[in-house]
Amino acid sequence: MQIYLPIAEVSVNAFVLLGLGGLVGILSGMFGVGGGFLMTPLLFFIGIPPTVAVATEANQIVASSFSGVLAHFRRRTVDLKMGVVLLIGGLIGATFGVVVFNYLKSLGQVDLLVHLCYVMFLGVVGSLMFIESLNALRKAKKTGGPPAPRRQRGWVHALPFKMRFRTSGLYISVIPPIAVGIVVGILAAIMGVGGGFIMVPAMIYILGMPTKVVVGTSLFQIIFVTAFTTLLHATTNFTVDIVLAVLLLIGGVIGAQIGTQIGVRLKAEQLRILLAALVLVVCGKLALDLLLQPAELYSLGAPGGH
Amino acid sequence: MLRRLVILAFVVIATAASTQETVVLGLSQDQVAITTSFDGSEILMFGAVKREIPIPAGPSLEVVITVAGPSEPVVVRRKANRFGIWVNTDTAEIDRAPSYYAVATSGPLADILSDTEDLRHKISIPRAIRSVGTTDEVADATSFTEAVIRIRTAEGSYQLLENQVIVDEQTLFRTAIQMPANLTEGDYATRIFLTRKSKVVSQYETIIDVRKVGLERWLFTLSREQPLIYGLMSLAIAIAAGWGASTAFRLLRNQ
Repeated sequence: MQIYLPIAEVSVNAFVLLGLGGLVGILSGMFGVGGGFLMTPLLFFIGIPPTVAVATEANQIVASSFSGVLAHFRRRTVDLKMGVVLLIGGLIGATFGVVVFNYLKSLGQVDLLVHLCYVMFLGVVGSLMFIESLNALRKAKKTGGPPAPRRQRGWVHALPFKMRFRTSGLYISVIPPIAVGIVVGILAAIMGVGGGFIMVPAMIYILGMPTKVVVGTSLFQIIFVTAFTTLLHATTNFTVDIVLAVLLLIGGVIGAQIGTQIGVRLKAEQLRILLAALVLVVCGKLALDLLLQPAELYSLGAPGGH
Repeated sequence: MLRRLVILAFVVIATAASTQETVVLGLSQDQVAITTSFDGSEILMFGAVKREIPIPAGPSLEVVITVAGPSEPVVVRRKANRFGIWVNTDTAEIDRAPSYYAVATSGPLADILSDTEDLRHKISIPRAIRSVGTTDEVADATSFTEAVIRIRTAEGSYQLLENQVIVDEQTLFRTAIQMPANLTEGDYATRIFLTRKSKVVSQYETIIDVRKVGLERWLFTLSREQPLIYGLMSLAIAIAAGWGASTAFRLLRNQ
């Protein structure tokens, strides 16, 4: 069934969108990631204009994160105070990100920036995750021993403006969480992702937060940053396609529940290595687009300024 | 989905005072509605040549039909290899290019229309694109214009349909023109030219109105005129869907 998207102004098959939403939903349910970093490139592949894909995906992440954070609130695994600090950074970052996005759009370089961001972040995160889970698998086979001790975080404790975060059991400076928030906010605006796949490792390794509150807190922060990004894109670029978002949502929320069930039956290391492989495949495809000579060297666009 | 027969043209009686041969074309329906399920449409055109005199001797009558979407400036960017990756480097702005353009003819365009007439009426695809002023910015401006034609032909927005107009007895003619699913809104100028010996002997113009309707119309207007409300509505839907899914599956699991 073909659906004409009012903002993207293309006609696409509704079942393809539902299927994409479902597929990414399954993966996000399995691996506990938002799935934005997979969905946005997939939308590029099926011919949605990149600017619409990025803005609409931010709206879809609001839905999936909201669905996820409710479960975490029930389990009391959300550090609200830390969430608000991260959020302040996130809003600053998102504003800056949208400004950069609009400036580059007028220069005709926005596709390049989005692609480069994807290749870089997917490449780094995918490789790190792949190596880490490979080591974990090897260790588990050898000894089955305890996980490696957490490394020291001396420089984080040396910074001023300290604050107590009771739920996380931390007494640290507010500068690192705000900085993490800004970086994630910029990424959210430029790449149309929630940034969970950057924020979760940063919260564990840089801020030293306990793993059990990390996912809930990051989801809490992501809701507000992506909601803000959606509004900024809707009011400045007019690129949020509500019909596209709804189709992706329906597939996504159903897929996420199926994915959670599959995830329960697999081992954590196996899951992580699968996710890492997936991330690297998407990264490889996008990198090839940049490196190989395209079949069509020319591209068309509307003049800048709207 | 159902392909729609949008336009049925039929003969109406018109007075032909100045020219000897006149196109007569009446549209029973002159609107294309872009609905949620819009999947392109096929436009059938029927017409006739009205004349007060017998059919002139010599070369037979030929028919050229053009349909043009709204014209807009287009920015064309060219990629080049920089530092090992392919990035947009050169840019040219085409002053006006129709978003959609179809030319249907009763014979090879070069044989039935002279260059002078093409230039005057801007009939062939390259003539329909206006690229005055591009030359100052980039040296090879024509390659950018060619790129516009190549890309839009590949996506079905520009069509050259030679020999697709069927003419009977130099009087009745008919053709079918395919409009793609990625149509933009606007007035689609439809022109019909009658030619003899490569000269235009008569022309007729009408407009096909392409509009988003219903939900499409409402959402598009809202997103442009009330972007804040549109954005908040998108968020409300997202939050409701997230909450709904979470609650529904929790109830399912608890059963």
